[in-house]
Amino acid sequence: MVHSESFLRLLMRRQLRLSIASAAAFLVALLGMPLLNYFAPTFMATRVGGFTLSWLILGVLFFPFVWIISWIFIQRSIALEDEEVAEVRRGKEQAK
Amino acid sequence: MINPLFAFLGGVDPWIFACSFVTVVVTVGMGFWSAKTSKTTSDFFVAGRAVSVGWNASAISGEYLSAASFMGVAGMVMSSGYDALWYPVCYACGYLFLLLFIAGPLRRFGAYTIPDFAEGRYDSPVFRKIAVVFVLFIGFFYTMPQMKGAGTTLAYIFPGMPYWGGVVLVGVVITLNVALGGMKGITLVQAFQYWAKMFAISVPVFVLMGVFGFYNGHLGATATATTPAVHVASVERKPLVEKAPADSAWIAPFGPLTTKAAKAAGLSNEQAKPYSLLYTYSLIMALVCGTAGLPHILVRFYTNPNGVAAKRTTMWVMILIGIFYVFPPIFGVLGRNLLPELYAATGAKGTDKIVLELPRMINERYGVWGSIMSGITCAGAFAAFMSTFSGLLVSMTAALAHDVYGRMLRPDARPAERLKAFKVAAVIVGGVAILLGTQVEDLQINFMVGQAFAIAAASYFPLLFMSVWWRNMTTKGAATGMLGGGLAALACTTIINLSDLKKVDLNAFWATHPLIRILCEQPAIWTVPLAIGLMIVVSKLTAAQVPSDIRMKMLVLHAPEQLGLKQEYIQEHAAGTGH
Repeated sequence: MVHSESFLRLLMRRQLRLSIASAAAFLVALLGMPLLNYFAPTFMATRVGGFTLSWLILGVLFFPFVWIISWIFIQRSIALEDEEVAEVRRGKEQAK
Repeated sequence: MINPLFAFLGGVDPWIFACSFVTVVVTVGMGFWSAKTSKTTSDFFVAGRAVSVGWNASAISGEYLSAASFMGVAGMVMSSGYDALWYPVCYACGYLFLLLFIAGPLRRFGAYTIPDFAEGRYDSPVFRKIAVVFVLFIGFFYTMPQMKGAGTTLAYIFPGMPYWGGVVLVGVVITLNVALGGMKGITLVQAFQYWAKMFAISVPVFVLMGVFGFYNGHLGATATATTPAVHVASVERKPLVEKAPADSAWIAPFGPLTTKAAKAAGLSNEQAKPYSLLYTYSLIMALVCGTAGLPHILVRFYTNPNGVAAKRTTMWVMILIGIFYVFPPIFGVLGRNLLPELYAATGAKGTDKIVLELPRMINERYGVWGSIMSGITCAGAFAAFMSTFSGLLVSMTAALAHDVYGRMLRPDARPAERLKAFKVAAVIVGGVAILLGTQVEDLQINFMVGQAFAIAAASYFPLLFMSVWWRNMTTKGAATGMLGGGLAALACTTIINLSDLKKVDLNAFWATHPLIRILCEQPAIWTVPLAIGLMIVVSKLTAAQVPSDIRMKMLVLHAPEQLGLKQEYIQEHAAGTGH
C-alpha cells in the first residue's frame, strides 16, 4: 500500500494543500501591504500612538502574525503525519 | 614617544574596548575548548546530529542573525526609512516559507547539504559539482557584508584604525578559529551567541528609550505628507543635515531606497511610484525565497533527532528571530533624531554604525553608562559578524574540502588527509573573503546581504522547491534552471556593485534606463520565474530522463519518517547499484 501510486499522490496532495493554504494566508498579507500603501496612502499614514499604521503593521505586528501561521501549520502537519502513519498501519493489519 | 604601531589606540573608550575584547576571547575560547572535544572528521561536518530543540533553535537563530540584522537593518532604516523595514520582516518570513515547503521533505531525505540533496535526488555526481559552485557564490556575497560589519565596528572602537585593518584582523581570527574548531564548537558557540545578540540589542534599546523617549514618540516627531508631527515633551530632535532624506519621504512607503533609480532618471514623485512598487515586490521575493536557499541554514535541520523536533525547532527559530527584529529599527528611528550627523558621513563612518554609536549619547546625562551600553552593542556586533562568518566559512570550507577535494580531486584520501584539507580550505576561503571584504566599504551592509539572498532565491530555491514538489524534473532541467537563474542574478548584482563602487561608470546608462537599473539591483522578480520556467521547459524536453525510481524518491521525501522508508530506500539503492 505504501508503495502504491495512489498513496504517494494522496500524500503529496494533502501536504501541498496544507502548505499552500498556509502560504496563501501569509502571502495575502505580505503582498497586500505594498498594494495598500500604494492605493490607500492616506489611510496607511493614519497615526496610531505616534506610529503610522503602515509602520506599526510592518515593524511590529507582522511578526506575531507569522508565528500564528507557523504554529497552526506545525500542529496540522504533525497531525497529518500521525494520521498517515495510522492509515498505513491499519492497511498492513488488514493485509495480514 | 608613542610607538606608531599602537597609534590607533589613541581615543579608544576603555569600556567599549573591554566589552568587545571579552566577546572575542569568549568566542574564540569556546571554539578552542570544543575543538578538544571534537576529534573525528564527521564531527567537523555536521555536529554529531543530536542536538536538543532549544539548543538547535538558538544555534540556528544565532547563525542567522548576521551583521545585516544587527547593524545593517538599523543603518538602513535610518538612511532610507520605511522601505528598509521589508528587510527584517522578510528575513523572518523567509523562514516560514522554508518551513512550509522545504524543511520537512529535505530532512526526511537526509542529505547533509544542498549539493548532497542535488546528487541524491538526481543520482548525479556531475550535478552535485554544479550545485556546489553556488555554495561559494552565495557564501562570498554573504561574507562581504559581514566583513563590512567587522571593518565598521573596529573603525568605531579604534578611531585611528583604517577600515581594511578591522576586516583583516577579524577575518584572520575567525578563519583560524574555524580551521581549528570545526562545526561542533560552532553549534554551542552559535547558541550562546544568539542570547548574547538578543541581550546586546534589547538592553541598550530599553535604556535609550528610557533616557531619550520611546519608539513611537520618536517616530511621531516625524511629519508625514498628510499628518503633522506629534510632539512629545521628552523627545528632542536635532536638526537634520543636508544629505538626510526629508521627513515625508522617509517615514512613508516608496521612499528613497526604492525610488532612487527613478529619481536619478529625473522622474517626478508620481511617475516614480510604479517603479518603486516593482522594486518593493522584487525585494520581497528575493528575501522570502532566498532564505530557503542559504547554504549555511539548511544544514542545521539535520542536527535535529527527528522530523517533529525539526518542526518544533523551526517554530522556536521564528519566535527567537521575530522578537529580535523588532529592535534594530528602533535604533534607526532614534538615530535619525539624535545623531543626524551620520547622514553626512560615508563608508565605515556612515549610518551602518548607528547601533554602535547611539548608546554612547547616554554619556551626556549618566556618565559612563553610555560607554557601557555602547560596549554592549559592540559586543553584540562582534557576536553577529563572527557567528555568521564562521557558519558560512564552515559551509564553504566543507564544500571545498568535502566536494572539491574529497570527491573530485582525491576520492581515496585518508581521514587525516581530509581533515588537513578542511583546514587548508578554511584558510583559502577565509583569505578570499577578507580580500573581498576590504573592497566594499561604500556599500550598505543590509543591501549586500539582500544581494546574497537574491542569488540564493534564483538558484537554490527553485532547485529545492521544484525537486521536492514536482516529480517530472530531470537533471538537465534542474541544472539549466539553477544555472540560468542563479548566474543571471549573480551577473546583475555584480554589475550593480561594480557601478556603485565606481569601478565601472554606468551612471549615464542608469539615468536613461531606470527600469533596467531596478531589475539589475533587485533581480529576483524576473530571475526566479526564469529559473522555474527553464526547469519546466527543459524537463519536458528531456522527459525520458526522469530518474527511474522517482516514485520511491518522492515517497522518501514526503512519507512520515516513522514509516522507515528511508532505510528501505538505502537498502534497495545499495542492492541495485551493487555497492
